[in-house]
Amino acid sequence: MKRTLLNLALVCALGIAYLATPAQAVLPDEVLDDPVLEERARELSRELRCLVCRNESIDESNADLARDLRLLVRERLVEGDSNEQALEFIVDRYGEYVLLRPTTGGSNWILWAAGPLMLLLAGGVGYGYLRGREAAPKTQEAALSEAEQERLRQILED
Amino acid sequence: MITELGHFCLILAFMVAIVQMVVPLVGAHKRWTGWMAVAEPAATVQFLLTAFAFGALTWAFVTSDFSLQLVVLNSHSAKPMIYKISGTWGNHEGSMLLWVLIVTLFGAMAAWFGGGLPPSLKARVLAVQSAIAVAFFAFILFTSNPFIRLAVPPFDGQDLNPLLQDPGLAFHPPFLYLGYVGLSMAFSFAVAALIEGRVDAAWGRWVRPWTLAAWVFLTIGIALGSWWAYYELGWGGFWFWDPVENASFMPWLLAAALLHSAIVVEKREALKSWTILLAILAFGFSLIGTFIVRSGLLTSVHAFANDPERGVFILIILAVFTGGALTLYAMRAGAMEAKGVFGVVSRESALLTNNIILAVSCFVVFVGTMWPVIAEMFFDRKLSVGPPFFNMAFTPFMVLLGIILPVGAMLPWKRGKLGRAMWPLRYAFMLAVALGLLAWAMQTGRSALGPVGLFLGSWVVFGALVDLWSRTGRGSNRLARLTRLPRADWGKATAHAGLGITMFAIAGLTAWEQEDIRVAQLGEPFEVGAFTLTLDDVIDLEGPNYLSTTGLVTLAKDGRTLAQLRPEKRQYPVARMPTTEAAIDYRFLRDVYVVIGDQQTNGGWTVRTYIKPLTNWIWAGCILMSLGGALSLSDRRFRVAAGARRRAGTQGLPAE
Repeated sequence: MKRTLLNLALVCALGIAYLATPAQAVLPDEVLDDPVLEERARELSRELRCLVCRNESIDESNADLARDLRLLVRERLVEGDSNEQALEFIVDRYGEYVLLRPTTGGSNWILWAAGPLMLLLAGGVGYGYLRGREAAPKTQEAALSEAEQERLRQILED
Repeated sequence: MITELGHFCLILAFMVAIVQMVVPLVGAHKRWTGWMAVAEPAATVQFLLTAFAFGALTWAFVTSDFSLQLVVLNSHSAKPMIYKISGTWGNHEGSMLLWVLIVTLFGAMAAWFGGGLPPSLKARVLAVQSAIAVAFFAFILFTSNPFIRLAVPPFDGQDLNPLLQDPGLAFHPPFLYLGYVGLSMAFSFAVAALIEGRVDAAWGRWVRPWTLAAWVFLTIGIALGSWWAYYELGWGGFWFWDPVENASFMPWLLAAALLHSAIVVEKREALKSWTILLAILAFGFSLIGTFIVRSGLLTSVHAFANDPERGVFILIILAVFTGGALTLYAMRAGAMEAKGVFGVVSRESALLTNNIILAVSCFVVFVGTMWPVIAEMFFDRKLSVGPPFFNMAFTPFMVLLGIILPVGAMLPWKRGKLGRAMWPLRYAFMLAVALGLLAWAMQTGRSALGPVGLFLGSWVVFGALVDLWSRTGRGSNRLARLTRLPRADWGKATAHAGLGITMFAIAGLTAWEQEDIRVAQLGEPFEVGAFTLTLDDVIDLEGPNYLSTTGLVTLAKDGRTLAQLRPEKRQYPVARMPTTEAAIDYRFLRDVYVVIGDQQTNGGWTVRTYIKPLTNWIWAGCILMSLGGALSLSDRRFRVAAGARRRAGTQGLPAE
């Protein structure tokens, strides 16, 4: 917790300095010799947020802290961590805030389920509406008065 | 002096807007023709006054009048002229003035070209539009006045954020605002119709051109912003799911839904209350977008020009307009019953499906954008929602949309058969599958994204072509008939094909991009993919208001030189900011994107090279989409309606 607070203070202090600075991202000396490990490291660093930047992943950021995190990710992978273990290691130290893909745990199920649930709901309502339209009596077609029909015809006339 | 006149005009415009908000509304209610007629000249006067105010501010920027606080903070005498002009809206105050200028412009256009509207509806539309203007005039005058003078003017200004000194970004905000604010017209029409208590086919036809225009502008604005991010931010990303990007994307999705549902209102008199709701929501999301950008509520790479205190004011505007309109909607929506009768399988239902997909995908973007705030407020969790989430949660909806689109576009009105609509598409489908499989066979061990994207994109493109061809009917002479098809048909096919191309390009770029990061020694060639690059030299140059470190890179393939690239690192001393200028070799099928970094201790330079296939196709697709919208906008039925107005003795050309 103390660590997190410290980091937050760092965010506030450095945040201004890093506003929208152009990215230099991954530097040549960070790249691992093993291409498979390197690929995994890149994958992970796209999932982690640079803490001192404005909404950039550590893969895109040129901040020193992002570089430290990239090196940390690589260190963990070289030591034989799986992707999940490496992420866990970093989340334990920097908090949930670093994850660009939020977990599905806790209240986050709302975030993940919002789209599919809404689609089901909207689909159901839409289908009900369509059934209603299909069954609607034809007489409704002529619900306009004579004068209104005439005006409408004038307006719509091509 | 001009500055004071501009300030004065702005206050006058505020007064006129208040009059225009109240008088025509009362007139329309009481059926007083004279009171209703106030709206038209008032809209013109309001626009002219605001235009003068905006012109005065631009003049202050052009002449580098450093007695104006805004100019000091955002300009510099050494800045190139184009950025002096674009600096007018490259800051909070100026951009809000541009916003309100466009609100009044649209109001004035409705007054000039709305001759065919029933007088009471027209009066109400203009009154509602003016109410929006009043809110933003008040916002500008009370919280962000651009015309504040300094008692002791400095010798020179503090320069514009260098990232904004760029042609792409100079024109990104005006287009975006034309789109956002264009939706205010749909909003005004919706609220006026709710007050009026009726929505009919004619309403659908009036509201559609405005929505279409707004959508076209939004498309161009978003594409410009994305293109700018691509070449300016230095790693060739084109979309970051940044809150500010989402803020412009949500109205775009809803506007796309709205312009499709307005077709159903126009042709079939159904989906009326849904269309009204969409019109309200689309503008509501434009306001939310403004709020997000201006308040700094969400951290974003667009860190320029925001201020939390002003956010509250915009939040109030948002609450009053969206809340008020939704209340009115709840009271009146029941009165709007549908007239058209149609089957579950029909063009109507296809357009409804389109609306559901677009609206739900907008909802997903909205929830994702707001979730960090919600989670912190209600669940005490500080978390991030970034691109990996959006890519996962949003993409399926676009895939679904792409699969359904060609079939839905072929379905007949009222009642159709799925098999019958799909039969003409069989060759398009087979060709798309074949292309997907070909891509699958040619790549080894990569993700399925590329082939699937190629299938989906070509399915949508070929589907659009088949749709256009099928409009020519049967028998001989179909080619001749093709040229005589209504522009709306051409617009539909063009816009749909554009969407397909953009889908394919995004998938292809994401799947097939190649990247190389290395320390390059001067004069030593290195290979990236099929290309050979050589960093020949690195030189220091001086620009008008920056210092540059420029790399000279030769790009070659098979021993043949393709291009000389000049990636730069710039330092803007006044703004004290570095920027990266990538060098890009644009080609039809791929871009080669080179960025130069820092010098290393061993004398070499960090060089990043990306081979980005199909990037230009992303924006080509966007251009096609907006071209399709413009074609549809120029369709005969909108122009003829305007012609009828001319015969009735009112002036002007169609707004469309």
